[in-house]
Amino acid sequence: MTVVQSPGLEPAQARTAPSRDKAKTPWGSPTTYFVALVLVALTLAPVAYIVLGGFRTNAQITDSPSGLPSPWVGANYVDVLTSSIFWRQLGNSTFVALVTTVGVVVLGVMASYVLARYRFRGRGAMYSLFAAGLMFPITVAITPLYILIKNIGLINNLFGVILPQIAFALPTTIIILVPFLRAIPDEIEEAAWLDGCGRLGFFFRMVLRLSLPGVLTTGILAFVASWNSYVLPLFVLNDLEKYTLPLGVQAFSSQYSVDTAKVLAFTSLSMLPALVFFTIFERRIVGGLQGAVKG
Amino acid sequence: MSDSSVDNSLAVQSSTGERGAQADHGRSGGGARAASSPAARRPARRPARRPSRGIGWRQRLEITLLSGPAIVVFVGFVIFPVALAAYYGFYRWKGFGRPTDFVGFHNYTVILQDPEFHAALLHNGLIVVLSLVIQGPVGLLLALLLNRKMRGRSIIRVLVFVPWVVSEVIAGTGWSLMLQTDGAVNDLLEKVGLGHFTADWLSDPHLALWSLMAILTWKYIGFAVILFMAGLQNIPEELYEAAALDGASYWQTQRRITLPLLGPTIRIWGFLSIIGALQLFDLVYIIWGQYVAGTAGVSTMATYMVQYGRNAGNFGYGSAVAVVLFIISMIVALVYQRFVLRRDTEGALTGRSK
Repeated sequence: MTVVQSPGLEPAQARTAPSRDKAKTPWGSPTTYFVALVLVALTLAPVAYIVLGGFRTNAQITDSPSGLPSPWVGANYVDVLTSSIFWRQLGNSTFVALVTTVGVVVLGVMASYVLARYRFRGRGAMYSLFAAGLMFPITVAITPLYILIKNIGLINNLFGVILPQIAFALPTTIIILVPFLRAIPDEIEEAAWLDGCGRLGFFFRMVLRLSLPGVLTTGILAFVASWNSYVLPLFVLNDLEKYTLPLGVQAFSSQYSVDTAKVLAFTSLSMLPALVFFTIFERRIVGGLQGAVKG
Repeated sequence: MSDSSVDNSLAVQSSTGERGAQADHGRSGGGARAASSPAARRPARRPARRPSRGIGWRQRLEITLLSGPAIVVFVGFVIFPVALAAYYGFYRWKGFGRPTDFVGFHNYTVILQDPEFHAALLHNGLIVVLSLVIQGPVGLLLALLLNRKMRGRSIIRVLVFVPWVVSEVIAGTGWSLMLQTDGAVNDLLEKVGLGHFTADWLSDPHLALWSLMAILTWKYIGFAVILFMAGLQNIPEELYEAAALDGASYWQTQRRITLPLLGPTIRIWGFLSIIGALQLFDLVYIIWGQYVAGTAGVSTMATYMVQYGRNAGNFGYGSAVAVVLFIISMIVALVYQRFVLRRDTEGALTGRSK
């Protein structure tokens, strides 16, 4: 079998190197690094402000809003970390995000596979149906959605957040996955048939492995969207014990509105898990892209 | 794909009201399970004897099994509520009990004549255009940059995505603290001797929209970059090697090879960006709140909807705004798909080559 698709990032490295005399250092390197540094600084400044602000006292923040902690104060973080409500809301957010991600990926891959590799009447209509979903933001549907969720008894229940989130994440997932699945060469499918592998067998044995980069990307999109989701939990969840972290941050910052430092500590701790998750999976994406398709 | 052996007589109404599956590949026969598929769903004209029949059956079952769950969840939690919004939009309804006070198109005439809605629409339009103009080129350059060989690239890549992973609530909280009149940004400007440039970043109507654009770019550029980088992976390495052999410079290669081949990805991103900008809500609502957004010149259709719908208790009116927002999004999306995405969906670049 032949190589299916340029696997991952090596091409990026290879494509500059041979074209230059100096094989090791690509041309324009200092500029590249300078741009990259400016970029990182701009990106991280607001996050640094939040994280460092948590190490300051309110007096320090009022006195010099853009200063560094002096002295460093750990009390704000300790307060938040020892409060049970933070852990409770962290658990809620994690549960909602994980179940949403699994649901979106499973349903999305199955539907995308049909759209990408079956030819049947109504395929265009089905694709348009899902693509139309891109035009429905959750804010547009939030009022009737709230009434619907109330009628099926899922108010103040985490599944009242999870199910609509899966539904609203499907369009993006399908639109990203269909080209991935379509890009798998027919030759592989034919070879699978010759080996006595049906369409479903092909799906489970080959497609999932070959489209791993796309699946990971959509999974991460779904996880991040769920972790950050604000409007839906705002309507569906109504007590602190059930809140996800974004609602928790808002509740906390209105409860302690004068205690800016503590709000900043709570805020920075609540973004930490998503950042850790993303950092881990960023590597998985790269690994997946590099090793996904082998001949 | 060579002309598939489409047999129209096999088309059947499926449960979702769409036409069912047909045999497309003669070669896909031979699966052991094909013959045993239950004949439950199709009002068969003839008994399923011919091999091609069996394939149609089995495929239709597969299609139903694979796409059924997604369609059910999607229709139930997306399409159905939106249809309900269209229904409520014709009523004056406070959200309790059944809507009874039918007012016809009254809600819609009020919306379309409200200067505040016009302002919100204008802001949305500006945000759409500015997002494309700012985030597109910047995202493209970043994707190219991060695709190059350099030390610490993997770290930089993770860092660029940080704002996108941070939730809107957190970004909003942080930025509103930093940008307020006695906040960190003005304080920093004073400290480095640019006290001249301090401003009311959030409340000055001339500046607020640009502050919003800066925050939006900061927040969502990572998404553009991740999409573009995924697109870059699909460009065959051979093309770059060929270009290198022909002595093309880095920028020539990017312009002649990368940009055209990245076209589908860029167009898809443009679509997502436009729709996202039209429906912008969270960040504006969290930073400016419901009342200040209008006077600062950053109100959007979605904040208008929540302000005059849910917060005012007029669920009927809010639903009507939702319908208007949806129709505007749909028109823009259809125009975009018709004129920009057309070649992609027809498979010129993304489709299977045969």
